[in-house]
Amino acid sequence: MKKVFWFFSFFLFLLLVSPLYSNLSSTGMVSAKPPPVNTAAELSTSSAIAFDKMMDVLTHQRCVNCHPSDNVPKQSEASHAHRFDISRVNGQGATNCNTCHQASNNLYSGVPGAPDWALAPHTMRWEGLSRIEIARSMMDPATNGNRSPEDIMHHLTEHELVLWAWEPGVDAEGKPREQPPVPKDEYIKAVKEWIEAGAIIPEETVN
Amino acid sequence: MKISFSINGQPQTVDVEEETPLLWVVRDVLGLKGTKFGCGKAACGACTLHINGEAVRSCSFAVKYAEGANVTTIEGLGTNENPHPVQQAWVEEIVPQCGYCQPGFMMASAALLSKVADPTDDDIDNHIINICRCGTYYRMRKAIKRAATIQNSKTSNS
Repeated sequence: MKKVFWFFSFFLFLLLVSPLYSNLSSTGMVSAKPPPVNTAAELSTSSAIAFDKMMDVLTHQRCVNCHPSDNVPKQSEASHAHRFDISRVNGQGATNCNTCHQASNNLYSGVPGAPDWALAPHTMRWEGLSRIEIARSMMDPATNGNRSPEDIMHHLTEHELVLWAWEPGVDAEGKPREQPPVPKDEYIKAVKEWIEAGAIIPEETVN
Repeated sequence: MKISFSINGQPQTVDVEEETPLLWVVRDVLGLKGTKFGCGKAACGACTLHINGEAVRSCSFAVKYAEGANVTTIEGLGTNENPHPVQQAWVEEIVPQCGYCQPGFMMASAALLSKVADPTDDDIDNHIINICRCGTYYRMRKAIKRAATIQNSKTSNS
């Protein structure tokens, strides 16, 4: 009877310990060799942190409002449909973005403005997508306007329309618009770090 | 700051603060009162005029962006002797009621006809989005289509 008890106790012990061993081995903690400096895992971690910081900005209303999935630009922190039934149909027509929006914010009317003020093309729609989906779309030449990762880095860190997010002016009631949750310099650093590390989308590092 | 542009075909230079809305310059500095102040927020369209042929809400257009541009206001759209097709159609369809918003509507309609010779109802709905508190939209729709006919007949006869 005692033998049976010890046999089951040992078997139970193995069952309890095996997941822990599995976790440790996947992180390399049971490796006999000490981990080298800047392991792939560490780089991957810093890249993932940079990714999160970048996506905190790119998923903010200041960006997504003009990357609609339904061809209707959005306005305000509430991301409501653009007033006056404006849609992509307006494009370059008689009443288009530049009928009201100019190359800089208008502090009299509260109409926002920046160079090249326009909706992102429909292939670059982000509204309603997850961070991973946005990143995949943003880095895919088929949907990003055939841009290379370097092109994307320049666009995200230098284009005045993108950087307008940190100088969004005031609304029609004179209240300052909300800025993205990450300071501009930290965002730019994060974008560069993420792209220079290979633009790894975190989900893709799991396997 | 000195800013030079052409307005209704005449060269003009104004010395104003560069962020001043063009509407204020047109009305208060140049004395052209046809362009109206409505909401001041680029929402109603009463202040619509043309910059290089494009409809613009002048209450939300800093005068600095007019440097070197061709500005057209309702006063320069046509003349009594040779009205713009939109002006002629507006008279023939007796569009205005109180009239306050009508210059903006006419400028927006002229910009539409310069891009779309035969606008459909959808074209009108999508691009003539000014606001008229008298509710003259039905007559304006008829007038825009009449203006298209006038414009097209002038084009085919020229």
